Amino acid sequence: MNFDWPWQSGILDPQGPIGAAERTILLNATSIMLAVVVPVIVLTLAFAWWFRAGNRRAIYLPDWEYSGHIELVVWAIPALVVLFLGGICWIGSHDLDPRKPIASDARPIEIDVVSLDWKWLFLYRAEGVASVNKLVVPAGVPLHFRLTSATVMNSFFVPQLGSQIYTMAGMTTQLHLQADRPGTYPGISAQFSGRDFADMRFDLVAVAPADFAAWIAEARRGKDALDEPGYAALARPGTAAPATFKSVAPHLFETVAMGPR
Amino acid sequence: MFGILTWDAIPFDQPIPLVAAALVMVVMAGIAVTVILRGWWPYLWREWITSVDHKRIGVMYGVLAFVMLIRGFIDALMMRSQLALAADGAPGYLPPEHYNQIFSAHGTIMIFFVAMPFMIGLMNFAVPLQLGIRDVAFPTLNSVSFWLSAAGALLLNVSLVVGEFAKTGWLAYPPLSELSFSPGVGVDYYLWSLQIAGVGSLLTGINFTTTILKLRAPGMGYARMPIFCWTALASNLLIVAAFPILTATYAMLLLDRYLGFHFFTNEAGGNAMMYVNLIWAWGHPEVYILILPAFGIFSEVIATFSGKPLFGYRSMIAATLSICMLSFVVWLHHFFTMGAGADVNAFFGIMTMIIAVPTGVKVFNWIFTLFGGRVRFTSPMLWALGFICTFVIGGMTGVLMAIPPADFVLHNSLFLVAHFHNVIIGGVLFGAFAGYTYWFPKAFGFTLDERLGKASFWCWLVGFYLAFMPLYLLGLMGATRRLQHYDVPGWQPLMIAAFAGALVILAGIGFTGAQLVVSIRTRERRRDRTGDPWHGRTLEWSTASPPPAWNYAVLPNVTQADAYWGMKRAGLTANNAAQDDWQAIALPRRTSVGVVLAFFATVMGFALVWHIWWLAVAGVIGLAATGVAHAWRTEHEEEIAADVIAESERARRRAAT
Repeated sequence: MNFDWPWQSGILDPQGPIGAAERTILLNATSIMLAVVVPVIVLTLAFAWWFRAGNRRAIYLPDWEYSGHIELVVWAIPALVVLFLGGICWIGSHDLDPRKPIASDARPIEIDVVSLDWKWLFLYRAEGVASVNKLVVPAGVPLHFRLTSATVMNSFFVPQLGSQIYTMAGMTTQLHLQADRPGTYPGISAQFSGRDFADMRFDLVAVAPADFAAWIAEARRGKDALDEPGYAALARPGTAAPATFKSVAPHLFETVAMGPR
Repeated sequence: MFGILTWDAIPFDQPIPLVAAALVMVVMAGIAVTVILRGWWPYLWREWITSVDHKRIGVMYGVLAFVMLIRGFIDALMMRSQLALAADGAPGYLPPEHYNQIFSAHGTIMIFFVAMPFMIGLMNFAVPLQLGIRDVAFPTLNSVSFWLSAAGALLLNVSLVVGEFAKTGWLAYPPLSELSFSPGVGVDYYLWSLQIAGVGSLLTGINFTTTILKLRAPGMGYARMPIFCWTALASNLLIVAAFPILTATYAMLLLDRYLGFHFFTNEAGGNAMMYVNLIWAWGHPEVYILILPAFGIFSEVIATFSGKPLFGYRSMIAATLSICMLSFVVWLHHFFTMGAGADVNAFFGIMTMIIAVPTGVKVFNWIFTLFGGRVRFTSPMLWALGFICTFVIGGMTGVLMAIPPADFVLHNSLFLVAHFHNVIIGGVLFGAFAGYTYWFPKAFGFTLDERLGKASFWCWLVGFYLAFMPLYLLGLMGATRRLQHYDVPGWQPLMIAAFAGALVILAGIGFTGAQLVVSIRTRERRRDRTGDPWHGRTLEWSTASPPPAWNYAVLPNVTQADAYWGMKRAGLTANNAAQDDWQAIALPRRTSVGVVLAFFATVMGFALVWHIWWLAVAGVIGLAATGVAHAWRTEHEEEIAADVIAESERARRRAAT
């Protein structure tokens, strides 16, 4: 039986700037809180044990029920912790806003994402190709996603790259991610969406920029086109194997994102 | 004639629900036959089913919670065993159609039909006794509340045999729960059973808010109220404010599903996120509806078994009420990933963290209640100490997920699942068990077996950590919730550990059952004749165990907080208050209106689920007719004669001395 350590996979093993920043926040916030939580646990057990009924050395204060100084301290400790974490929360929310572009010299790759029952469709806006359940991107280049759903709600999530975001019918969300190094990173739907939800997986494959260009060229030479009948066939409920499309019907994403009429 | 109900609705081809249902029906038939053959039915009908005594209703809520706990826990065992098996291409033994019903039913049952009835049951039993009064403000309404909750639970469990349950998760997010994606009756069972039970909860909220605000023993000002009554007040205020939102939200989804409305559909201008916002505007306060009474129980237990007043009583009240308020301004933290702006996310994140301040204060106040005490390690106290140590971890992971960028990677993961089980098991359930063991001798007149009680506690504690710490790790590794199978072989050892944890918890439940059986069989040895087995501080310990129907022959006169403690110190226990001029007491009459309403509500719900319109109309007419018939009742009270009360009081004094 295999065993993975938590730091070898998932969100503790980030492969891009967003995921790395989120891991930092996660670890910082946990450390700050552990500094209070561990003493609280120790104090609880220590007090309970020392003041056990059988311990004649412990004092008994049957009427002690108030101390202004202690009250001040017990309100102050959590308040200070929350003040500190609140700062992290405010700054982190703005720095890591999914809509905020990633600062980079490279021009971002524009990718439109459509969640279907039960597969992911990726439309490469500038390149004019599309793929299903396999997202090939250049490493080291920012990725700008626009996302919607042609069906129920899903959540687009590549744990090692960071932030997930909902895909919702009739609505468009945005997300910026980046893979720093070439590699294959599992992607999932993180919002339950029905029967084959567990199979709604894809691989995000980050490759060197030159290999990305080659992959696009190969996709363009492919057989299938994502025209209207092609999309209608793809949209039928069911799972799908990874595939590419050499072309995409005009304004497909915009049409889907407007929602069913 | 029968709407869309046909023989296809019975799952003859699925052995698991079929066998389970057959077993349940055999057990129920067995109980019914025993009750009838032994001639217990008149007693059950007179003394329990039609009772409006808050103590009896409280006990019945407890029974409902325990039965549903077993149902919900079987679901949990099935999920954990499925995931221990279904790794790396293996399908496990539960197909998605079945698995998706199980996790939906597990969540729905555990929140609505275990945690809610358990807490409401404990409030029912203890609050009027602690307030030093004879019943709640509206005793008949109280019976109606209970029976509507039971009707909801019954309707939900019918779905096991007839038809199917929702496959949408416990909150039934649209558009998945809309007719186009969930055409079956599962979501309808979900909606109607919760609508019926929800009315019961709302009526409880109204009843207890009124009771606590308007009916208290002479002299019991707000600043002398036991802390459990304060937390019960906060919890019931939240019920009154939050449950109408739930009812309205479900009503809109029902309109979508039954009459082709478009509140939450993908088409025609519906917006599913409206539902998600509304359901959490109820859902987050709901968390505090459950945890606040548990906080109150722990406060009572820790003070009692430390032999000291609660440290910082006023601070605790302030903390309770600030949690009560703040719980309404944090709902958006359940969906930071919807793509709201950074300002919105940060606001809700910070509001969420602020709740940690009053909660932290509570924890420190419990710790300082221990300080200078004489701590007795009884089983209620073990639950309380286990709670503090476990709950602070759950609180920490909760605050962690309140930081939007952290939530972006933890949302919907098994980390989240571990977090809310951490606070609901470690908080609500430990609280319920603490309250059960603490007040059991008051309710039944004998104590529970301590050895088995402690064994149950240790199994729950160890089982909880074994089951949910692996889930925290799995969440960090990228495992999301509600997966029926997974392709990462490296997750399997942790999934097996979690299953082992569930088995340890099963042993804990077994010990609780054994504790009850053993304690009943040895009850003569463990009689509580004093009425005060724990050396308690609040008024409920000043009356007999079990208390007479009228609770107090004379309403106690309250001169301080921890009223009974003060009386005992001043040598003024009710036992030696030499009094013999007893007055007759008027008590509310028993009524069958609750159980009859519940019958018609169940019929109506079932008929609506299956589109049997004539039967639904009959159910509604039945409900209305029952209400009208009850309104015609002219005698609302019956009098307990003074000599009955005198005899009861004399017997109590004889027993105590």
